[in-house]
Amino acid sequence: MKREPEAPMSNNPQLDAEGQLRHLLTIEGLPAPILTQILDTADSFVSVTEREVKKVPLLRGKTVFNLFFEPSTRTRTTFEIAAKRLSADVINLNVSTSSQTKGETLLDTVANLSAMHADMFVVRHAQSGAPHLIARHVAPEIHVINAGDGRHAHPTQALLDMYTIRHYKKDFRALRVAIVGDVLHSRVARSQIHALTTLGVPEVRVIAPGTLLPSQVEHLGVHVYHDMAQGLKDVDVLLMLRLQNERMQGALLPSPQEYFKNYGLTPEKLALARPDAIVMHPGPMNRGVEIDSAVADGHQSVILPQVTFGIAVRMAVMSILAGN
Amino acid sequence: MKIHIKNGRLVDPKHGVDAVRDLYIAAGKIVGNDHAPEGFHANRVINASGLVVCPGFIDLSARLREPGFEYKATLESEMVAAVAGGITSLACPPDTDPPLDEPGLVEMLKHRARNLNQAHVYPIGALTQGLNGQRLTEMAELRDAGCVAFSQAEIPVADHSVLLRALQYAATFGFKVWLRPQDLGLGRDGVAHDGEVATRLGLAAIPACAETIAVSTILLLAREAGCGVHLCRISSAEAVDMIRGAKARGMAITCDVSANHVHLSEMDIGYFDSNAHLMPPLRSLRDRDGLRTGLADGIIDAVCSDHTPVDEDAKQVPFGEAEAGATGLELLLPLTLKWGRESGVALARTLAKITTEPARILGLDAGHLAPGATADVCVFDPEAWWKVEPRALRSQGKNTPFLGMELQGKVRHTLVAGHLVYEA
Repeated sequence: MKREPEAPMSNNPQLDAEGQLRHLLTIEGLPAPILTQILDTADSFVSVTEREVKKVPLLRGKTVFNLFFEPSTRTRTTFEIAAKRLSADVINLNVSTSSQTKGETLLDTVANLSAMHADMFVVRHAQSGAPHLIARHVAPEIHVINAGDGRHAHPTQALLDMYTIRHYKKDFRALRVAIVGDVLHSRVARSQIHALTTLGVPEVRVIAPGTLLPSQVEHLGVHVYHDMAQGLKDVDVLLMLRLQNERMQGALLPSPQEYFKNYGLTPEKLALARPDAIVMHPGPMNRGVEIDSAVADGHQSVILPQVTFGIAVRMAVMSILAGN
Repeated sequence: MKIHIKNGRLVDPKHGVDAVRDLYIAAGKIVGNDHAPEGFHANRVINASGLVVCPGFIDLSARLREPGFEYKATLESEMVAAVAGGITSLACPPDTDPPLDEPGLVEMLKHRARNLNQAHVYPIGALTQGLNGQRLTEMAELRDAGCVAFSQAEIPVADHSVLLRALQYAATFGFKVWLRPQDLGLGRDGVAHDGEVATRLGLAAIPACAETIAVSTILLLAREAGCGVHLCRISSAEAVDMIRGAKARGMAITCDVSANHVHLSEMDIGYFDSNAHLMPPLRSLRDRDGLRTGLADGIIDAVCSDHTPVDEDAKQVPFGEAEAGATGLELLLPLTLKWGRESGVALARTLAKITTEPARILGLDAGHLAPGATADVCVFDPEAWWKVEPRALRSQGKNTPFLGMELQGKVRHTLVAGHLVYEA
């Protein structure tokens, strides 16, 4: 059995022949210099967002389609702001999955929008791999950004988390990072794990009950803890994950109360980490389920700066994809 | 029509033949496999020098998609694909629409297949009405209509008491029950093997224990009922070990594996390649190696194509939404040969997995070349390479994880009941 050298599946689908970023679909497989390039570029955009006139003309004349097959306010809004600050034209499309099943397929939708001369698609979809499918079928000049697909990946969230960590902690190579919560269903956690290990964080931990961890998660390069007291010891960064309502009671977890008691981040549990540890959360938060308000609003929380940096990071991704 | 196939390497696994011999065919039967019968004058001589002459292949799992799914494939298209792959007999699972749970449907399928005059079609009847796992079908009527065994296709029986009764009822008549072992709850909603790849890609997973729990249940119930059971498309190494144990205890049990699973693993999903979305899912490399070993040491009796043509639209969607399955009729021979070569298994033993063994499982007098046998014959070039690509496939389904690969083994002639139905 011989596989052709040019077989499309054997190459990294998000890099072009020169190894430059063509799409941003997942953190997995991206080399550290590309991640660092995005973070460095974001640095220059943070100042733009602090200026009186918050616009640069890098994407002038370009059209960005926000293609959201799954409802989202925050992520869509930050992408919209990021694109507008780069002077792009932004079209928001909320395609509910029900109207999809009634008629048009995902690829038909994309083909139609491509015919309107889109330059970039920002895609959120409930199915893992949907952005990969789109990226395989768009014309070469169109770029695809994954804004969250199923349980698979949420690369811009992970990048803004890395930006935030670098902002507060400087050196990735001296950190202990703990990811706490529903790793099984989390696209954010998967992207964070790849980003942290790629950027050289020596110890990445996941802390969760057995029902919320995917099998063989340790193969991703993480240490597994079931106990918060052990898992949080000497940690520099805490990445909290959102627990979806529908998973709070049933066969995965008995009740939100029991989850909070064991895995909710309270000031007492936070005290087990390093005194200068920072707390992050991708939002939206369930106060009193995965995080106590005293922590969410406390001085170690950097949850709001995450949101601010998120715009700069998304501007960086878009401008790099557009060739700036 | 009298046919003389000369100078070929005649391989007849059942009779331990592997030698250069001529084959003589008359009136739909084999009439000689070394010397011509007296007064034999061929209307057609096929020169098979450099080629292998063997029994036509018997595929234990081929979905022809009729009735109900003609937009995916039709009997016409798939029967042509079958004989182009050297397959002369096919067993069809009952998950058509409507399912094969009434004699009229089975008779119609048999009738349509007979009129096409290509491969022999052996329908597997539904074990329960509508495959709903509740009420038994009229198995004796279905047998009279042409069903050779009974199965639930891809839909497990949820209630063990129903399964026990179904096995007891089938055993009453000496019918065999074919089951694809999968636990209903553990398999629900999953699209990939519960392992490293599903974890990385964030795909809903089916653990290997979804299969092994079902194997264990089926073995216990089959023993209780005294029913002969065939396990379809085993996918995990542990299931192979369980079947090994059951066979050692003398249970009347057989099993097969899909040609895809003999070669591929979860790794072949790559970046969400929906052509690698199969059911059961492609499992770990360790599982694949366990299947290959089980096949070599005879625990797995046969290789099937698990032919499931899927239309392009049903594959060009995100992995989790894609319909499971792959086209397989034309890949059965090259994939089986590839396994045999890589495992150091002799050609006759390799070909037994798609001739003698499936014939035994089906209880057919087929899959051999003794004088008097129906002349179902395949002549193939074991050395020829060909590339798996849509235009090379006659099946209406162009979906296979092997697309773009080159495989060795190309069918040159196929005879069904003495008729030359395919020639390349």
